[in-house]
Amino acid sequence: MSEAGKQHPRYMLVFGGLAVLTAIEVTAAFMGFPRSVTIIVLLGLAGWKALLVALYFMHLKWEPRALKVLAAAPLLPAAIMVVVILMEYV
Amino acid sequence: MTSHAATMERGRSPERGLGVPTNKLGMWIFLTSEVMFFTGIIGSYIILRFGASDSWAAPGEVLNVTVTAVNTFILICSSVTMVKAFAAIENGDEKMLRIWLLATAIIGASFVGIQLFEYSELIHHGFLPSSGLYGSTFYSMTGFHGFHVTVGVLCILWVTLKAFRGGYTQENHQGVEVIGLYWHFVDLVWIILFTIVYLI
Repeated sequence: MSEAGKQHPRYMLVFGGLAVLTAIEVTAAFMGFPRSVTIIVLLGLAGWKALLVALYFMHLKWEPRALKVLAAAPLLPAAIMVVVILMEYV
Repeated sequence: MTSHAATMERGRSPERGLGVPTNKLGMWIFLTSEVMFFTGIIGSYIILRFGASDSWAAPGEVLNVTVTAVNTFILICSSVTMVKAFAAIENGDEKMLRIWLLATAIIGASFVGIQLFEYSELIHHGFLPSSGLYGSTFYSMTGFHGFHVTVGVLCILWVTLKAFRGGYTQENHQGVEVIGLYWHFVDLVWIILFTIVYLI
């Protein structure tokens, strides 16, 4: 890892965040909100958790910009794919 | 002699392409292909779910959300032990590297064990891969992920074995970082799958 990676993030804080978000997610799933609201809330929470893992556990936050771009690159075709599929049903 | 030493050093930690070591770059490129692999599976799932929503039971009706939520927590714990292993060797602490790696392998294997227990329970209750679209998509998505976790555990065991033989030092521990990236990615995918498959 590059010297920038030596500054260790507070892993236990990230861990606590992930645990709390998971608990909120499981609770929110059974709160009886309207289905569309539940789906948006749950996907938002899952995306947040995924971002925490990528940024802090995978150290993406401290990587060179080029690697960040590489890591984010598949998200564009992935988003296009999911959006195009969803448009079939909207 | 000096040039030989320099070659050795380059061989251990080659800094090429995008300013990161080659093996790390290689892992990231592999992971981008994995994103598309799982997107493909999730895309198929969206088509089937929207196209035949009657085939799906309400969340928690067939699948045991409590057990899987605990299992999700277990996988998150294994990601923490993995970063702890990496942080230990970054500080030159080979003993803690071994302990954290061993913990990661054990916790990761527990995740697979609980998933197999879940499968056996579901099969016992008649929920099979052949149980319509719900069953086939459930076993495909969680099965492919479980396979990734299993491969990860085997790789971590390999790295752990190497660590016990003194294979990693403060200066040379690329292997720990690269398997760590794979392991965290598998955790990340599970975060998405748990939400999509169990909660929605």
